[in-house]
Amino acid sequence: MVDFAGWEMPIHYGSQLEEHHTVRRDAGMFDVSHMRAVDVLGCDAQAWLRKLVANDVAKLTLPGKALYSCMLNPEGGVIDDLIIYFFSPTKYRIVVNAGTADKDLAWMLKQAEGFNVSITGRPELAMIAVQGPNARAKFWTAFPEAKAASENLIVFQAAEWPGMTDGLIARTGYTGEDGFEITLPAAQAPAVWDKLRAAGVAPIGLGARDTLRLEAGMNLYGSDMDETTLPTESGLTWTLDLKDASRDFIGKSAVVTRHPQRQLVGLLLEDRGVLRSHQQVVTKQGNGDTTSGSFSPTLQRSIALARVPLGINIGDVVEVIVRDKPLKARVVKPNFARHGKALI
Amino acid sequence: MSIPSELKYTKSHEWVKLEADGTVTVGITDHAQEALGDIVFLELPDAGRTVKAGEECAVVESVKAASDIYAPVSGEVIARNDAAIDAPESVNQDAYAAWLFKLKPSDAAQIGALLNAAAYAKVADEH
Repeated sequence: MVDFAGWEMPIHYGSQLEEHHTVRRDAGMFDVSHMRAVDVLGCDAQAWLRKLVANDVAKLTLPGKALYSCMLNPEGGVIDDLIIYFFSPTKYRIVVNAGTADKDLAWMLKQAEGFNVSITGRPELAMIAVQGPNARAKFWTAFPEAKAASENLIVFQAAEWPGMTDGLIARTGYTGEDGFEITLPAAQAPAVWDKLRAAGVAPIGLGARDTLRLEAGMNLYGSDMDETTLPTESGLTWTLDLKDASRDFIGKSAVVTRHPQRQLVGLLLEDRGVLRSHQQVVTKQGNGDTTSGSFSPTLQRSIALARVPLGINIGDVVEVIVRDKPLKARVVKPNFARHGKALI
Repeated sequence: MSIPSELKYTKSHEWVKLEADGTVTVGITDHAQEALGDIVFLELPDAGRTVKAGEECAVVESVKAASDIYAPVSGEVIARNDAAIDAPESVNQDAYAAWLFKLKPSDAAQIGALLNAAAYAKVADEH
């Protein structure tokens, strides 16, 4: 067990490697109740979110559809990355990271001045991520009554869980596999967990959650980005929506005018060893740092995310200093494995 | 947790086997492999290297962390287990069979100062 943002969480239930493979090949579940749901209601909900975050919620028109976005400070740094679910222009649900939840809520309330909007944290809600190629089928085995409501969900869309007060079924995740993230009252979570176990969904710890998201090339807030890094330096340029020139979101002028000096890339270790975060990366264009690193169970070698100078290209070979020794690593697109398959 | 009584131990979770020819074989304990989790990489010292007792001389990396391995006694490295380098998971499977390196001690008295199984069981209980 390990302390994670004030939550006592298991790194693994048995073998971390087996848990990783279970999610890539079958179905596993993560207790992600540490993530915080925040409800946004009111006639200015849409206008407020269009100011608050860098992606544009106006593009959400399908009920339940979700959007991944950064919430920026005025300097363009990332306060948090989050998912916003759209139910109507006056009703949204935001899901934020555990470690930043209190900071995020304070920031949101501060930015709500002058808007007709209510912002309510929902710490009493639990979340379980059921992930893997067989995750949806096993979820429906456990909860056949929820199938009709959830079988037609497209990726990044959520629906209410019929018969479950405050229940939400979202086709989202943090593993690079298909599956659901379900939200429900904490009091119901143990029984739901047990039913999923009985349907053949294996419990997965925080360790495999990290190797799965790293293989999928998904950033971890606080490691791969923070308030000092621009989205453009964090592989998240695609989340900045500048199409509506009249929309002025917080941090917009900074991300438009500040030219990134660095970029986030993937590294594949060619020598033997294991890359970890905060290791120096030596390149012809200057030095950088790994921001996340681990052994990739799918590729059976070490991978990392690294922030390096601009001018480094995919295919370049760089050196990572591991215990004073330079190890050779190849620069790759940060998308190592998804849907059960190696992408490199 | 297995702690064979015929071996000696260190507080830093190495096991030490005294061989008939006076050399010692070193590995990590069952308790250590369990705490580390799935082991995926070993960095072992080259034969010929001279080490001091307590010196970092190997690294065991699991999926979740890297852990230094210390020389239990001073001496010269006479062998390392290349088979374990090729199959790091063998340390998880049997920590007492998958040795890491062998030393020729330079000061036999240091061997006597190592922990016996009962003393190590107390150390392992606390960590």
